[in-house]
Amino acid sequence: MKKEVVIIGGGPAGLAAAVKLRERGIREIVILEREENLGGILRQCIHDGFGLTRFRESLSGPEYARRFIERVWALDIPYVTEASVIGLGADRHVTAATRNGLIEYEAEAVVLAMGCRERTRGALAIPGERPAGIYTAGIAQAYINLHNMMIGREAVILGSGDIGMIMARRLTLEGAKVKGVFEILPYPCGLPRNVTQCLDDFGIPLHLSHTVVDIKGRSRLEGVTVARVDESLVPIPGTEYEIPCDSLILSVGLIPENELSLGASVVLDPRTKGPEVDEFFRTNVPGIFAAGNVLQVHDLVDFVSLEAEKLADAVARHLAGGLPPRGGVELSGDGTVGYVLPRRVGGAEDFTLSLRVKRPFRNCEIRVTQAGHLVKSLRLRKAIPAEMIRIPIRAADLAGAGAPAAAGAPASAGPLEVGVLC
Amino acid sequence: MREPFDVLVIGAGVVGCAIAREMSRYQLRVGLLERELDLAMGNSGRNSGVLHGGFTYATGSLRAQTCVEGNHEFESVAAELNVPFKRSGKVVVGFTDADMKSLERFKARGEANDVRGLEIVDKKRLAELDPSAIGEFALFSPDSGILDPMAYTVALAENAAMNGAEFLFGREVSAASRREGLWELTASGETFLTRWVVNSAGMDSARISAMLGIPGYVLRGFKGEYFVLDKKAGAFLKMPVYPAPDEKGGFATHATPTIHGNVLIGPDSYVVDDFADFSSRKNRMDDLVRDGLRMFAQVKPEYFIRNFAGIRPKRINPETGEVLDFVCEARDEAPGVINLVGIESPGLTGALPLARRALGLLAARESLKPNPSFDPKRPARPVFAEADGQTRARLIAEDPEHGEIICRCETVTKAEILSAIRALPGAKTLDGIKIRTRAMMGRCQGGYCQTRVARILRDELGLPTEGILLGRKGSKMFTGSVRE
Repeated sequence: MKKEVVIIGGGPAGLAAAVKLRERGIREIVILEREENLGGILRQCIHDGFGLTRFRESLSGPEYARRFIERVWALDIPYVTEASVIGLGADRHVTAATRNGLIEYEAEAVVLAMGCRERTRGALAIPGERPAGIYTAGIAQAYINLHNMMIGREAVILGSGDIGMIMARRLTLEGAKVKGVFEILPYPCGLPRNVTQCLDDFGIPLHLSHTVVDIKGRSRLEGVTVARVDESLVPIPGTEYEIPCDSLILSVGLIPENELSLGASVVLDPRTKGPEVDEFFRTNVPGIFAAGNVLQVHDLVDFVSLEAEKLADAVARHLAGGLPPRGGVELSGDGTVGYVLPRRVGGAEDFTLSLRVKRPFRNCEIRVTQAGHLVKSLRLRKAIPAEMIRIPIRAADLAGAGAPAAAGAPASAGPLEVGVLC
Repeated sequence: MREPFDVLVIGAGVVGCAIAREMSRYQLRVGLLERELDLAMGNSGRNSGVLHGGFTYATGSLRAQTCVEGNHEFESVAAELNVPFKRSGKVVVGFTDADMKSLERFKARGEANDVRGLEIVDKKRLAELDPSAIGEFALFSPDSGILDPMAYTVALAENAAMNGAEFLFGREVSAASRREGLWELTASGETFLTRWVVNSAGMDSARISAMLGIPGYVLRGFKGEYFVLDKKAGAFLKMPVYPAPDEKGGFATHATPTIHGNVLIGPDSYVVDDFADFSSRKNRMDDLVRDGLRMFAQVKPEYFIRNFAGIRPKRINPETGEVLDFVCEARDEAPGVINLVGIESPGLTGALPLARRALGLLAARESLKPNPSFDPKRPARPVFAEADGQTRARLIAEDPEHGEIICRCETVTKAEILSAIRALPGAKTLDGIKIRTRAMMGRCQGGYCQTRVARILRDELGLPTEGILLGRKGSKMFTGSVRE
């Protein structure tokens, strides 16, 4: 089947991209969603706080998703649920498995919107036994909020990611005792508002510079041993203590889900673990675009939607043959910056630079420079790794601005460098 | 009480299942008692998954005989039981003169053991055999291979069940006595009568042996830990790469590709008293990474997906600590007992040869009538992940449940999960589904599919929420419902 755009994933990124594409007049679109319903991870996020930026309202996850799903319905955008994409080629041939058979698409453009997955115990190589009762925060959330299955009565939470803190509150509301959140870093990994609203307001202690060093229990979890860590994040001998508990919730990071992308020879950025894209959300493979958590793990869904809408603008231009070739100005961050995105731009158009700082800063300045020349400076009272920082960059501020970019030629003024001054 | 069995096998590991399967060739009422809730929950599911060549074991030993015999026949076994298998070859790499001497010694021993095709290869040939292998030279064993030890155990059990063997899980044998020429076994509160008992209890085999009237065996637990690496690392490794063995013939940490494309790093080896302690220990994990990197450059944290451990129950001489050979015996002073003690590596390779020897001990003591309906073939079950596009389309057309991908990492369909639950013996726990289908075994470790698998298991078996188990008895996944 021929399509102008195949969107892989019916979560916030895929939905926003689809709506925007249709609004821009693109007819032949399909959203492929592996679950029974559209909405992605928002379906299990029954807490509020979504949409403050995008809609200036505080919505629950399902309400936020509903805003987009209703637009999909109103605009009559085709979508297939219970359709798992099992193949994506660099030629934009998409294969999806459904109960009605395999569906094959030939797409002019493919939008990667698969979201992310959770880092697991195995990825962290946490020592100890392997009983029942160890869940990633997202799985625990799905069991409790979607499937009516209670995962435990006495929980310890490892990692201060947002979902972990939200689950600390959720478990408490359901009558479980949350004995503490343990974070290996000296600062919380999730948003400050979640520390306040999910932990402080419920009297749940947050132990920074602590980690789980042992897990006990052969059938069901019986307890964990935690220890303080030193500056190199190595457990300090003698600081261990045991906490009896029947469940351990892991909130230790998210990884963009790019197995399909890799199958299509999409090059990933080792820092974001998402595709290496330009300012038009183009991957290295012509016609394959990416936005949302498959590209970079966002702090707020609002920015996922905004990013996917920008992607849709670019895809619409691509279909009309109106995008310039991939640019040659590279972007990189110094040691103060976790990552920057995009990794390359043409320099002829304004774009938004996304980044995360590597550690917390107070009263700092984020500087974007090009060959020593300051392109943009942003002064912040604080910058923390939990928050994605978005900086609008004007093409007019780049060196060589005004001159039309030669096709694919690297800008003579050289790469953009991003760093934090404190 | 149930009707008496002719043969009751204790232990549903690979050897116990092979014995049940071989016994089912004859007109015998065969049963199998297992303390865990499923197959392969002990060391049969906790090993490197290697079909060993047999060049390290003492010539003439039961280890060597059963290993070489099992190695040579495995193509036909794999075809008969429809289990994945690859004769990948294996290299044992060395760096020093002492290593070379050791490899030459093992080559000579292997040749005496009837191991085929052994050769010492130079660095250039080693690089051709496996570009990722690190070493100056190597002993190459072309007949070594890789298999899925869980799938193999399941296939043996299913074939045994097809041919009439009865599997009884959650039965831990606690007492045995003779009654009117029969054995009376007490297991988890139930009593079972049988003419023959086969002790294939693995880590518990010395205790069961004593219970059956053959005391005196001593097992020492040699624990080995592993890292499982992502299939992305698997792309770099073609065959198992072992370091040259030490003086005693023990191998340090090695890198082994699995038949499904992952890589195992391990096992190390240390003595434990507690045969139920499968925990991973921090210092051991650190050492595995360090030692693993000597064999395989891709031992990187980004590829870590899982850890596990096994415990090799080696029979030892308690005076000297010397490791002794496998035991497979029947003794006059213990009538009705076939006793297998201290079976560990290479028990996976030698499972069927051991089973034939166990059967031979029985056949030497009574005449057996062939089971006329015995079928040695265990039918293949479709594996969607391994099917080509056309086959996938056909599978979905035949059964729409194949169109529902439950496990994304390993591309396991709902039809495969249902088939694992409906099999005989079927999966009753999440781990049971995992060993049969590979769902939850991939890089996200069930992050996407565990909730789905848990609900399919609940619905298919009609379990209450709190009845859903991870694997072992008491391994409850849930404390109940959020709302009644």
